[in-house]
Amino acid sequence: MNIEAVKSIYFFEMARTRRTLLQSVVSPVISTSLYFIVFGAAIGARIQEIDGVSYGAFITPGLMMLTLLTQCIGNGSFGIYFPKFTGTIYEVLSSPISMVEIVLGYVGAAATKGLMIGTIILVTASLFVDLSIAHPFVMLFFFVLTAITFSLFGFIIGIWAKDFEQLNLIPMLVVPPLVFLGGSFYSIDMLPPFWRAVSHFNPVLYLISGFRWSFFEISDVNPIASAVIILVFLTLCMSVLTWIFHTGYRLRN
Amino acid sequence: MAPIVSVSNLSKTYASGFKALKGVSLDIEEGEILALLGPNGAGKTTMISIICGIVNASGGHVTVGGHDVVRDFRETRAMIGLVPQELTTDAFETVWNTVSFSRGLHGRKPNPAHIEKVLKDLSLWEKKDNMLRELSGGMKRRVLIAKALSHEPRVLFLDEPTAGVDVNLRKSMWDVVRGLRASGVTIILTTHYIEEAEEIADRIAVINGGEILLVEEKAALMTKLGRKQLRVDLAHPLERVPDTLSSYNLTLEGDGHCLIYDYDTSAERTGITALLAALAEAGIRLKDISTRQSSLEDIFVEIVGAGQ
Repeated sequence: MNIEAVKSIYFFEMARTRRTLLQSVVSPVISTSLYFIVFGAAIGARIQEIDGVSYGAFITPGLMMLTLLTQCIGNGSFGIYFPKFTGTIYEVLSSPISMVEIVLGYVGAAATKGLMIGTIILVTASLFVDLSIAHPFVMLFFFVLTAITFSLFGFIIGIWAKDFEQLNLIPMLVVPPLVFLGGSFYSIDMLPPFWRAVSHFNPVLYLISGFRWSFFEISDVNPIASAVIILVFLTLCMSVLTWIFHTGYRLRN
Repeated sequence: MAPIVSVSNLSKTYASGFKALKGVSLDIEEGEILALLGPNGAGKTTMISIICGIVNASGGHVTVGGHDVVRDFRETRAMIGLVPQELTTDAFETVWNTVSFSRGLHGRKPNPAHIEKVLKDLSLWEKKDNMLRELSGGMKRRVLIAKALSHEPRVLFLDEPTAGVDVNLRKSMWDVVRGLRASGVTIILTTHYIEEAEEIADRIAVINGGEILLVEEKAALMTKLGRKQLRVDLAHPLERVPDTLSSYNLTLEGDGHCLIYDYDTSAERTGITALLAALAEAGIRLKDISTRQSSLEDIFVEIVGAGQ
């Protein structure tokens, strides 16, 4: 195991986060505050409570997931795409490191950054609403696994993407609808039966629901199902990566 | 002694169907400077990329220091430093950070003293805290060399190190390369500047169309394929080569003011003595005599031309 190399990549990536501190940290805080003002104050005044939880608190796990998914995919994909784009990838490919170590460095950094921002949002949210976490370990389970899984997913997108349009395709076009329609801001019980049924095909619903259950013990779907979905998606991402490493797909061809 | 790098029967066909390498074999001895000479698209970069692990080979295999580059990639890549052809740098990193990063990637513990030495040797010390985007092209090129030397490699690949570099910098890079060789580093240099190979290489491999056309000691190559030319300036112009001299295959140039005689240095007799005697006998007065050796460039054009 080339620990020095993993450390090098990890800290190199984290250094970029430091350089772009303003947009990495301040912008999620501002957007979260905006969500709280718009949804919490304006809409919350009309909805008030869902299943006994104040609306502001109810949307917090969803907001965290929304940011976690976007940040992890964004960082995971950009981290590997950018060296591919500038050509500096030659150095990583010609170094004595295995693909697993490359992933540990890049995905580790992307997940760390996602977790940092998720935590910042949690702290920001606690300034606006009363929050309590019923099952801290379950909360951490979903929080950390989602960060890792979606950083891996981002990494795959970064390897697959041939240009900036492809790089942004999934984070911009696919993820937001899934998150918004995955019950970030409402319980799917509030939907008409048809849309409620459709929602069950949305994997993000399971993530948000499970994550919310760890806070308030209320959920749209069984938390076990949520745990299974995240583990399945993690396994899927790892399988795709294994295939990529074996074939050298878009890296060594 | 076993070669430090051994390439055998290496082939590469890209997804587009382009055959970049067609069964190349080549041994590189420890401590030498080998110049890989070839026109653009000859397969130089592809070969280096396979040895360094950037591109997967379609067939054949490569060993570095006795280790297979695929199976024992950790051993081989730790031994290799690579300076790529393109000036690819992280624009927003500082010189110091990017060079230290390279050392870490190769699994070496931080060693500021070594990094300092490398940067000083390459006249980059003053710029260590500058961002890469603030540097000139020549400095970026040296940063890439510094990155490749950051982990103390035994084998250094320089892919067109002096492309687009001015004369002074080119000469100072040759000095750097010679200094590295003196410290025991094996250097493989690709170039299409023949002057460069002629200046610093010990051996020369000519590659074209994905095939190695020849590998030879530079000196041997120059004598084997080199032709010499004797130029005789005449006191009085001739209208044509006199019949008595027809056996020498002379050509008349400069409006009849000079005779050119091609001869082979490796032949038993060059025929110079006889020619000069024949000239005196014919009553031709000479003003000056000079000889010219064909350069590596002439040889290169001849080999590549013959291969096509």
